[in-house]
Amino acid sequence: MSVSATTIAHEVPPQAGPRAFLHRLRQGDEIAHLITLTFAAIILLLTSMLVYELWRNSHLSRTAFGWSFFWTKVWDPNFDNFGAAPFIYGTIVTSAVALILAVPLGLASAIFLSELAPRNISDVISFLIDLLAAVPSVIYGLLGIFIVVPLMRTTLGPLLINTVGNLPYVGALFRGPNYGVGFLTAGIVLAIMVVPFIISVSREVLLTVPREQREAAMALGATRWESTWQVVVPWARTGIMGSVFLALARALGETMAVTMVIGNAAAIKASLLAPGDTIASTIANQFTEATGDLYLSSLIELGLVLFLITFILNGLARILIVATERGGGRPA
Amino acid sequence: MSSPRIIWRKSLNYVMLTLTGVAAFAVVSVLFLILGYLIWNGGTSLSLNFFTQLPKPVGETGGGMANAIVGSLKLLFLAAVMGLPVGLLAGVYLAEFGGKTFSFIVRYTTDLLNGVPSIVIGIFAYSLVVLPVKHFSALAGGVALGIMVIPITVRSTEEFLRAVPGNMREAAMALGASKWKTIATVVLPAASGGILTGMLLALARVAGETAPLLFTAFGNRFWSQGWGQPIASLPVMIYTYAVAPYDDWHRQAWAAGLVLLALVLLSNLGARFILARSKAV
Repeated sequence: MSVSATTIAHEVPPQAGPRAFLHRLRQGDEIAHLITLTFAAIILLLTSMLVYELWRNSHLSRTAFGWSFFWTKVWDPNFDNFGAAPFIYGTIVTSAVALILAVPLGLASAIFLSELAPRNISDVISFLIDLLAAVPSVIYGLLGIFIVVPLMRTTLGPLLINTVGNLPYVGALFRGPNYGVGFLTAGIVLAIMVVPFIISVSREVLLTVPREQREAAMALGATRWESTWQVVVPWARTGIMGSVFLALARALGETMAVTMVIGNAAAIKASLLAPGDTIASTIANQFTEATGDLYLSSLIELGLVLFLITFILNGLARILIVATERGGGRPA
Repeated sequence: MSSPRIIWRKSLNYVMLTLTGVAAFAVVSVLFLILGYLIWNGGTSLSLNFFTQLPKPVGETGGGMANAIVGSLKLLFLAAVMGLPVGLLAGVYLAEFGGKTFSFIVRYTTDLLNGVPSIVIGIFAYSLVVLPVKHFSALAGGVALGIMVIPITVRSTEEFLRAVPGNMREAAMALGASKWKTIATVVLPAASGGILTGMLLALARVAGETAPLLFTAFGNRFWSQGWGQPIASLPVMIYTYAVAPYDDWHRQAWAAGLVLLALVLLSNLGARFILARSKAV
């Protein structure tokens, strides 16, 4: 390599102590160490500043509403009365719908890619799925507005109302006016967006399951599906749970696609077809229009809530994934 | 021999295995649906004017998004200048210098920062840059995107530096090179393909970000008057145009969507191409 001859002359002298330190300093090691350390510390600084700014700028709202911010159902900028309950509800409902749709689809695809498909086909499909994860969320929103919303309004919505809507209990979720926009539409778009994450993480985890596990199950007479479902998946379940947590964290924080299809109404409705709002969509919609200081502060407190939720979920997801990759899951 | 139990188990096997295949192809077909729909709708709305003209006022047809294309590039430039050096050097620290506890904290915080919803990053950039000067600016948008670039660059840089074989470092050290000289002249060049890929992917990701720009860079229907002024960007334009009630704006949104998706997917493909080539060498 291109190490010049001059550096060879600067051999490190054997003696330790301040002279050796000075020598290393002259050679630049300590300086390089210090510079890179500074930049690593910048990341810590930025993250703590992020938390501090959210905390500081939500001060007005925190003192005005206290804990009741979380269960107040009114969001009324005209009378400076703010409660986050409708948005927390909307965030939970849309994410739940997204996971209910995305987890079976994602897990099934990951099983296909890791257990069935030949390696080269699996790699090509995984590559395409990674591309799907790279599509910007505003594009999903665009397609949501012009494909999913009309589909919901003309076909899927009426279909659900006329079939599932007549059932007891679950029926309540699919009644009332159908505008096309709403919790269910947002959940569907979110599901499409998080599926790639579930697939690629689950596939990686499934591929780390030792081959002996599969062979042992097959040798005992299990079919391919039985060995997969009763041996391989339980082995990897901690990591799969991790992928679900990652997907959930993403669904909770997703902004643009949801804002474009959820209908933007600060209301808690039983029907999934009703328009609503999530924490993120409310911030996106109202931040630039927030006139009063308390209004702005309340929106920033919403941001703080969102930050804390995703902070906890990401931490959990990371622990789960690391746990499986280190020791393998607990065999069932 | 084939009792009902065996027949049941075998059919369950076939049915479930087929369903997993169906699921995988359904997901992949979504990608082609997106591509097809965008090319169909965007292609028919795209013209040379889109790249050269400013947006027209409501009611006048035609016009383009030249200011948004330039605006997006300017924001990306800012993000690259602010985010990439931090990401690169912090990645070098983690891979080459880091002690145990501090590295763990940095790595954990980086993952955390990566998971922060983009809209929250937007609020952060707003309170850092917009609040003190009381107006939206390209700079604020650049700060928001720059912060998002950092964690992705850190992790990919560290990963690719670690992939450089230890004996290359030892060989350089044995020739008398100091540690930083080894890193600068041997390790970094060896990992450069991968590091570049990571940077390109990071920029591709923030290129499509809309939420952090809504109240930092804001948007602009004309050419931006400088780094301290609001600036248009493609993702924000797509959002504004898609939710507006005008048919002509919808067509423009499709065209912008096609351009943005092409930009993002091409840089993804380019990044992978660089990686494949650097591995082959």
